Amino acid sequence: MSATAHTAASAPAVGATRFSFGRMLEVGAAWLLAFLWLLPLIYAFWSAFHPSEYATRFDILAPLTLDNFREAWSQAPFARYYLNTFMMVTSILVVQFILCTLAAYAFARFEFRGRDIAFGLVLVQLMIMPEVLIVENYRTMSELHLVDTITGIGLPYMASAFGIFLLRQTFKTIPKELEDAARVEGCGPIQILWKVYVPLAKPTYIAYGLVSVSYHWNNFLWPLVITNSQTTRPLTVGLAIFSAPESGVDWSIITAGTLLAVAPLLVAFLLFQRQFVQSFMHAGIK
Amino acid sequence: MIRGIKRAIRGLAIGLFATFAYAQSALAVELTMYYPVAVGGPLTKIVDGLVADFTKANPDIKVNAIYAGNYNDARIKALAALKAGKPAQLSVMFAIDIYELIEQDAIVPFDDIVETAEEKAWLNSFYPALMGNGRTGGKTWGIPFQRSTIVMYYNKDAFRDAGLDPEKPPATWDELVSMGKKLVKKSGDKTDRWAIMIPSTGYPYWMFGALTMENDQVLMNSDGNKTYFSAAPTVQALEFWQELGDKHGIMPKGTIEWGTLRKNFLEGKAAIMWHSTGNLTTVKKNAKFDFGVAMLPANKRRGTPTGGGNFYIFKKTTPEERKAAMKLIRFLTEPSRAAEWSIKTGYIGTSPAAYDTPALKKYVEEFPPAAVARDQLKYATPELSTYQAGRVRKSLDDAIQATLTGKKSAKDSLGSAQSQSERLLKRYQ
Amino acid sequence: MTSARNIKNQVYGWLLLTPAAILLVTFTHYPAIATLAQSFFSTGTVTRPSKFIGLDNYRSMLEDEVFWQVLENNIWYAVGTIPISIAIALLMAVWVNEKLPLRGLVRMSYFTPTILPMIAVANIWLFFYTPEIGLLDQVGALFGAPSHNWLGDTDTVLGCIIAITIWKEAGFFMIFYLAALQTLPPELEEAAKLEGASRWTFFRRVTFPLLMPTTLFVLINAVINSFKLVDQLFILTKGGPDNASSLLLYYIYENAFSFFDQNYASTLTVVLLLALAVIAIGQFVILDKRIHYR
Repeated sequence: MSATAHTAASAPAVGATRFSFGRMLEVGAAWLLAFLWLLPLIYAFWSAFHPSEYATRFDILAPLTLDNFREAWSQAPFARYYLNTFMMVTSILVVQFILCTLAAYAFARFEFRGRDIAFGLVLVQLMIMPEVLIVENYRTMSELHLVDTITGIGLPYMASAFGIFLLRQTFKTIPKELEDAARVEGCGPIQILWKVYVPLAKPTYIAYGLVSVSYHWNNFLWPLVITNSQTTRPLTVGLAIFSAPESGVDWSIITAGTLLAVAPLLVAFLLFQRQFVQSFMHAGIK
Repeated sequence: MIRGIKRAIRGLAIGLFATFAYAQSALAVELTMYYPVAVGGPLTKIVDGLVADFTKANPDIKVNAIYAGNYNDARIKALAALKAGKPAQLSVMFAIDIYELIEQDAIVPFDDIVETAEEKAWLNSFYPALMGNGRTGGKTWGIPFQRSTIVMYYNKDAFRDAGLDPEKPPATWDELVSMGKKLVKKSGDKTDRWAIMIPSTGYPYWMFGALTMENDQVLMNSDGNKTYFSAAPTVQALEFWQELGDKHGIMPKGTIEWGTLRKNFLEGKAAIMWHSTGNLTTVKKNAKFDFGVAMLPANKRRGTPTGGGNFYIFKKTTPEERKAAMKLIRFLTEPSRAAEWSIKTGYIGTSPAAYDTPALKKYVEEFPPAAVARDQLKYATPELSTYQAGRVRKSLDDAIQATLTGKKSAKDSLGSAQSQSERLLKRYQ
Repeated sequence: MTSARNIKNQVYGWLLLTPAAILLVTFTHYPAIATLAQSFFSTGTVTRPSKFIGLDNYRSMLEDEVFWQVLENNIWYAVGTIPISIAIALLMAVWVNEKLPLRGLVRMSYFTPTILPMIAVANIWLFFYTPEIGLLDQVGALFGAPSHNWLGDTDTVLGCIIAITIWKEAGFFMIFYLAALQTLPPELEEAAKLEGASRWTFFRRVTFPLLMPTTLFVLINAVINSFKLVDQLFILTKGGPDNASSLLLYYIYENAFSFFDQNYASTLTVVLLLALAVIAIGQFVILDKRIHYR
């Protein structure tokens, strides 16, 4: 309401009523869009918590149940899938942090021959992501005997051009005087990186970390190709074959499985919403 | 002195290693098996249960049964594991993967594994119709496991509602159309209930195999290197399928989703659906109305393709592993277990002996639809199976969908499918 | 001194870069080149080893009707998703940047699709699109609309796929716009108000031009996504009916892992790489350094 008051105050008096009507329309549209955008999730909750005869029928008095979750949990090894996804996401993130930090540091603070060309070659990956090269990367993985391993899922993503780029930009904004001060105190390059750059780039690490985790938590095509068994399958692949339409769609159980799969990320998102949005914004502005 | 100690240690190590290795080999054979699921219900749980029973009876054999998704996924994953050096020893895969697996030199024929006369007799203990997709070149490569035919599920309440005799489902194409017109229920522009739905995504060529067989035409030869997609009866069959929607208005136009069809049927939106018999138990559990199961209607004759998955044993296996794999397959296809499997899913009990077990006998008596798929076997034909199976199948699938969505006439689309498959199969003739 | 420092710099620079460089070369540069090389060979089977066949794969590709259709689909997919998702993203950002009742909730709703896996939501969308019993038809029925076979009709299926992608992307792009809007000085709007400019004029004349770099950044992301986002096809349509919803990357997957024809898949991948290269060069030439890459 304060918005309306604000506009009315500065707008000519004649237009005020028309304007506030338009404003209401706008608010309505914004809400409607929000509702539409949330609708799939709303439906997932509806169908997961009601018996399957209500999956396609909406009755406010429909009984609630947790059976679908029980059924979904018993039909697929979700616990194992969680573990796989967790191991995959954390291993990717840890290695990404290390590799990208080192490379970004090199690009930001060292003059070496071929640096600009090397940086250009790194940026190639922003365009040609590992998803596009599934055929050849699969070939490579089978030669390395890494098919159907967690390492195999993560390896193509571990040297991330996006991460390198982001950290390089951040490192470049850090005043050189801080580095010089550290050097006077007798710090070597690695110590400087560890004591000066890394702590100051903490927001970037958080931002990049959240982007990376949500990307890999949700990634599907490459894990589908590279995993064969349930000891490596992440949640997305597990969910896809658990809910494969070929086996006849039973939305109650599928949506229950879907909610199980997205729950950790969704809960984290709801709890740290501001952080998430800020992080994505931070990562985007760079 | 020091050298003596070294030697002693080495000796000890070798000894230990040998004992360990010996203990290992005596202890267990480990089998990895991929399997697919293409129908509803908690099938993975049922398979896990059967496998658990097996390991209880055979503690020296460890079995990792891996659910791999649909039939396509199961083949891809089993072959991928093979290439990646983490091979499976046996797998349930599409019965029609046979030529592709032979071409990849991935599997061994069972004739090379069976030894005793009793085992040879076992090879012949299954319904011959189910062996159609498992044999080629005089050898048996696949043992039937999760096998099906297409059956016609129909909503008896809808039949009553339309003034039809619920005990007399359509037996011919003409009856299907004439009854269908009564079964359609409309309110204004809207169709509240369709007469029939035949799924045309997922496995369109399979449904089509039924229609062509009913028109007395097979889709391929038994060597898997020739197709008959543009034969006149084939074209007629596709025209009939298309007309159900376009001309008679008793089936929705466009393609019909394999996965959601069961829900449509259970919601009463389709009076008749054609689907795998593997769905029977799930439909039985969830139908809130009186439903029946019947054989598919005939035009020139009755007909359906068989469908589903066979056991295969991979070539990259040691004799011990093959023996263990045989043990597992024999265990899982034993009449009593085939009967249990059939009751829990709706799939066909793979041998006549299965239907002689007290459990299945009793079940069929109480629930006659359970025998329809078996009775239909005498009209059954092998499912479309050729070399280059994936591409040949896709060319036919595309043709069917192009016709059903009204993009091309049956004749044109099948003509191009035929020329495509001829090109693909040329080098196998 | 300086030269010693210089050498040290050289060594350190390359040492720090090496671990990442090895992985990048192995999984980006090498495979990109290997893809090109493989496209000149036939796919080997056990009985028929792979051999050099020159341009045969390219010839079959040009004769492959499905390839042309998939390419056309992909272009429509791009044309459908890119402008609409960007427009919606901008609209969302403007709304969420203003004082809006329940702003937090609205912003959360817009952003949520970003953190949900496409593969998981595809089944929910399947429910929306299912004829008769699906949500779209149920809502349509309230208004007396006849049911429509959304995914089973070659005319509507691609539109359905596009809608999902827009839903998935818009909130993500919104974030970038939101970030940019928050950096705009508020004095601009005050000044515009004093001059009596309407909100629309202000947006068109001031805000939108100032957001141009963001739009370009988002645009490139959207273009890349239009080649990359194919997950929903695995659940919803498998590219059907009659390839009406198949996209290039999905067709590559199908050839490589369903038909086991890796070399033909490589040939198709070359086309995809070419498309991405053209975009990259276009970005470089046209936009040069005006974009966010500082």
